Amino acid sequence: MLATHLNPLAASLFSLLAIASLLLAFVLLGSRWLQDYLIAFAVESWLIGALSAAVGFYGHFPELYIVAALTVLFRGLVLPYMLLRIIRRLEVQREIHERLAPASSLVVGALLVVFAFVVSTHLGDSLHLVGSVAVLALTVMLSMKLIGLLMLIVRSEVISQILGLLVLENGIFLGSQILVPGMPLLIELVILFDLLVVVACFGVLVRYLVVHAGTSSTLNLRRLAG
Amino acid sequence: MSASALVTTILGAPLLAALGCLLTRRGRSAQLLNFAAALAVFVATLALLPRAFSGPYTFWGGYLLVDPLGAWVLLSVAVVYLLASMYSIGYLRIPGSAPRLPGFYALFAAFAFTMLAGPLMNNIGVYWIAIELTTLVSTFLVGFERNRASVEAAWKYIIVVSAGISLALLGIIFFYWAASFQLGPTFDLTWSALRSVAPRLDPTLTLMAFLLVFIGFGTKVGLAPMHTWLPDAHSEGPTPVSAMLSGALLNTAMIGIARFIQVADVARLGLTPRSVVVAIGALSLFVAALFITRQTGIKRLMAYSSVEHMGVMTLGLGFGGPLGIAGALYHMLNHSLNKSLMFFGAGNAMHVFHSRRIGRMHHVLKLMPAAGLLWLAGALAITGAPPFGLFLSEVTIMRAGLASANAWAVFAMLVLLNVIFIGFLNHFRAMYFGSNPDAEVRMAEHAGEAQLSAWCVLPMWLALIPLLVLGVWWPHAFSTYFAAISRELLGSTP
Repeated sequence: MLATHLNPLAASLFSLLAIASLLLAFVLLGSRWLQDYLIAFAVESWLIGALSAAVGFYGHFPELYIVAALTVLFRGLVLPYMLLRIIRRLEVQREIHERLAPASSLVVGALLVVFAFVVSTHLGDSLHLVGSVAVLALTVMLSMKLIGLLMLIVRSEVISQILGLLVLENGIFLGSQILVPGMPLLIELVILFDLLVVVACFGVLVRYLVVHAGTSSTLNLRRLAG
Repeated sequence: MSASALVTTILGAPLLAALGCLLTRRGRSAQLLNFAAALAVFVATLALLPRAFSGPYTFWGGYLLVDPLGAWVLLSVAVVYLLASMYSIGYLRIPGSAPRLPGFYALFAAFAFTMLAGPLMNNIGVYWIAIELTTLVSTFLVGFERNRASVEAAWKYIIVVSAGISLALLGIIFFYWAASFQLGPTFDLTWSALRSVAPRLDPTLTLMAFLLVFIGFGTKVGLAPMHTWLPDAHSEGPTPVSAMLSGALLNTAMIGIARFIQVADVARLGLTPRSVVVAIGALSLFVAALFITRQTGIKRLMAYSSVEHMGVMTLGLGFGGPLGIAGALYHMLNHSLNKSLMFFGAGNAMHVFHSRRIGRMHHVLKLMPAAGLLWLAGALAITGAPPFGLFLSEVTIMRAGLASANAWAVFAMLVLLNVIFIGFLNHFRAMYFGSNPDAEVRMAEHAGEAQLSAWCVLPMWLALIPLLVLGVWWPHAFSTYFAAISRELLGSTP
């Protein structure tokens, strides 16, 4: 596989991009402002686009350039724009009643990264990949996955929940670029497109929520239980 | 007709109906289009079954797969689609709903299309996308009534299921990664490719991938503890949608679990995967038993019963062996019929009593004699009483369990099924035979307005009769069919 025989420059470039993306996930976790979420998410998507291009360059997968361009276009520009429109309509600027304060979320997030690292090392051991960039990619992938889930749990604004889902999608996408760069182009394109549809659906649902339930915070959605 | 023409019909009819419904402005024509599509799908699926028997075929550049297992799931989807389309004709005759009918049927047919596409997908990545699409389309059906509760249910549904299903995507990527050590960086991850490479995969990575896809698709199937979206979505959507969600949608995700269990078997992961599957199945039964006994909403009662039956099916698949697989698949068809019947009955009762609370329903037999009787028979059937189909399949699954490595679960299953039997039927006892001082007064209020359309009762008959037939007679053709599926799932030595 690609990750085992990379030249050092490529390996460190991949690591840099992966770790920067993870840091941006922490920015999302540590902020209360919806605008910050949006910017962090957009930058994260650009980094992942750059990563796709870098993998395409060093691994000789020319079709990844297309993926990179579409990632920047869709994940980096169209999705943030769609979310921005939802935020403008909501007239909500920030997360008000989070279940866990940003500072505590950061600590929990750090613990989740440690957990992801332990799992990845274990898998890396079994696959004889210890020390390669694959273990790092795996760690970042699982960490972003867990951070996304954490955001779903501790944040209650609908926008934060959508972004939580998008962060965990980004994590999967980032990991898959390094671990399985040869994945058929069609699948990657369909998944990208699927994400657009998902966010469009969320946009419509958010409007329903505001009109019919009169709220944009899931804290007020507690009618159905038992 | 050739098999490829049949498959084209199965996928094309609902898609065309959805487009047609978007174009037309008249509710009646939309209704007719959708019903015609459902009928076409049903007939084509029946014709496809014997053809699928003679072995897996692939079409359209290898993206579509017709095999016995997939065709069987298609049958359960097609049956529910037909019954629910029929029922919706009577159910949606509410004044004021006419302008939104074309939109409803467009979504309804599109939902059917995504569910019919899932079991036919040969590429695992595309299968995942089909399952994801079912969520996106059905969210709007769940939220169709646009009141506070239904929008809340729709939101919960899409968030919980999207988060769950993304775990499945992670698992699929791990499978791809594990296989790429053997097959090179670029290949098509089809079910058969994964199956043939499975013995050479790294066990640790494969186990992790299996657990992720099981949890992911298990969320969609509604297994506890990932079931939390299910009672809300099933109870807040319009009744035909509830029937489709429960009787059809859950099965399309179950087929993924069945196929991944097979991969785990071939990958020689030991007992862990099957034990996890059995444990989750038993937990689903347990959670369902708790919520069924203390339930107050009639549709939520049916929804938790779905959690129960998905647990039973998961147990059957987890026990494995030809008997376990045959039991689980027989259970799948019977449950599709029976749960449609139960939701139709619940919808009728909600129409008659103007409430969704069990406590407001009394003397059901007096107010809706025919539908009430059918509903009561369905209630007996759904709790696994003989002589209905679910009794046979549950006994078959238990027999399979006793022969398996996880025999403890059979005893748990026996106890919990009895708890559910008592708890579920107790609600029906209260609704049918319970005495309530002011019930008489309320009955007088309802008298005269309890006219149920024939379209609301006919599908109940159409569901109950095959259910009864399948309960007293297990057709020989089914046995040979299940044997073919077992051969497919278990390898040549069953």
